[in-house]
Amino acid sequence: MKHIKTISAKLLKTTANSGGCGKCQASCQSACKTSVTVANQSCEK
Amino acid sequence: MYTDAWKNEGICKMIHKYRLGGYNIVMDVNSGAIHCVDDLAFDTLDGYTLGEAFSPPAELLERYTAAEIEEAVGEIGQLVREGLLFSDEDYEWATAAKGGAPLKAICLHVAHDCNLRCGYCFAGEGEYKGARALMSAETARRAIDFLVENSRGRRELEVDFFGGEPLLNFDTVKQTVAYARSLEEPYDKNFRFTITTNGMMLNDEIETYINEEMYNVVLSLDGRKSVNDGMRKTLGGGSSYDAVVPKFQKLVKSRAESKYRSVYLRGTFTHDNLDFARDVIHMCDLGFRNVSVEPVVAEASESFAIREEDLPRIFDEYEALAGQLPERDGLNFFHFNIDLSGGPCVIKRLTGCGAGTEYLAVTPEGHIYPCHQFVGREPYMLGNLDEGVANTQLRDRLGALNVYTKPDCVDCWAKFHCGGGCAANSLTFGGDLRAAYKIGCDMHRKRVECAIMMKVAEEAAQ
Ligand code: SF4
Ligand code: SF4
Repeated sequence: MKHIKTISAKLLKTTANSGGCGKCQASCQSACKTSVTVANQSCEK
Repeated sequence: MYTDAWKNEGICKMIHKYRLGGYNIVMDVNSGAIHCVDDLAFDTLDGYTLGEAFSPPAELLERYTAAEIEEAVGEIGQLVREGLLFSDEDYEWATAAKGGAPLKAICLHVAHDCNLRCGYCFAGEGEYKGARALMSAETARRAIDFLVENSRGRRELEVDFFGGEPLLNFDTVKQTVAYARSLEEPYDKNFRFTITTNGMMLNDEIETYINEEMYNVVLSLDGRKSVNDGMRKTLGGGSSYDAVVPKFQKLVKSRAESKYRSVYLRGTFTHDNLDFARDVIHMCDLGFRNVSVEPVVAEASESFAIREEDLPRIFDEYEALAGQLPERDGLNFFHFNIDLSGGPCVIKRLTGCGAGTEYLAVTPEGHIYPCHQFVGREPYMLGNLDEGVANTQLRDRLGALNVYTKPDCVDCWAKFHCGGGCAANSLTFGGDLRAAYKIGCDMHRKRVECAIMMKVAEEAAQ
């Protein structure tokens, strides 16, 4: 493609069926905590 | 900045496009795809409507030829067909998986007391609107039992030692860790401990212990001395910066050689230091590499609260920080840390923190709350260690929180990078668990934009 460069094509859809195992860290988003926002977590599966 | 959405049979096909750092960025919300596009494609997307023949508006034809526009439309169409633009996945069904999620983390309030007097403390100098209290080792043990019993099917368990200042009750911390470790083998569990400390009581013994047992350490510091000491005062009103910075530097150094490497410096910025990028850089200069500086959460009546009119300044500051980070070798600003290729599954992204279901807080008295931020708000007590979670109605309300049940989140382009925000903030600022804390959302969206831009820049540099 000339005008569009895809940086990430990760399809969330593919994680919907395989995900939900719950191994990942809890993710408080508030300022008083370690504040792990959802998006900066890693999947631990 | 621009967000475009079509609602089709209830499914919101949404893209978000913005310019930042010299890049034109287009996110496809439902698939999670990120594209970097040229001006032609960026402008063409403005008038693009799914399923209809594209007739370019006059202002587009002033800038580009019809042939160029057609070429861009062709590429856009190809991505639509590949499910990478205006995709229509709907994950609402996946929220069902979350409702009955077992417990996996507890926050142990081992000390409702503190040896600092921080102006912005949400815990009211550690007491959470209650009395000063330390958690007994017995109560902590029962909390660990409670976690083990209620975490069926989960091996990885998290325990946060929180306060007030947890080191005021170091003995309970040590006994709790030893007890939990003794349950790992018989119950097939793996505990990860985190301690959040202001550092005042750190010494060699505690440092060694932390390095051996704590999977993660969170050290509280706000940045420059004047900023830190403006809010974080000792009992006598003195400087906490001078007291803790050398201890933090020592711990971070020794930690680099220990079993668990993870250590974060976390600070808070307020209306009084909107130039907080300097605080982040200052912490980097002190030798700290994992830094998180976050907006204070405070009632609007407080002089230091973040107001709506602060937002443009805060956005500029985030942009400035995003520009400076690549020059700072190894500096990891927590909120710009986004994992585009391996991030969490969509089920996690839908529901965020899991307060009240996957995550609970336990007070020194053995009371159970959805999380540390709810502690002390009586109507939000879920139960206690004797009876377990008795208020199942509240638990179910919390379990039903996700980006599809919070009205502001449904149409928000950042929803899968957020999970629906903080329920406690929703309550404080919106009066309802399902409300949005708008200023917080605006800042969150800005951070996501910056984080993605940095990834795009990394790609471009390769
Ligand atoms: S409700 Fe807010 S403070 Fe509580 S765990 Fe969730 S994000 Fe954190
Ligand atoms: S940024 Fe706000 S509106 Fe958007 S998903 Fe998060 S909490 Fe909801």
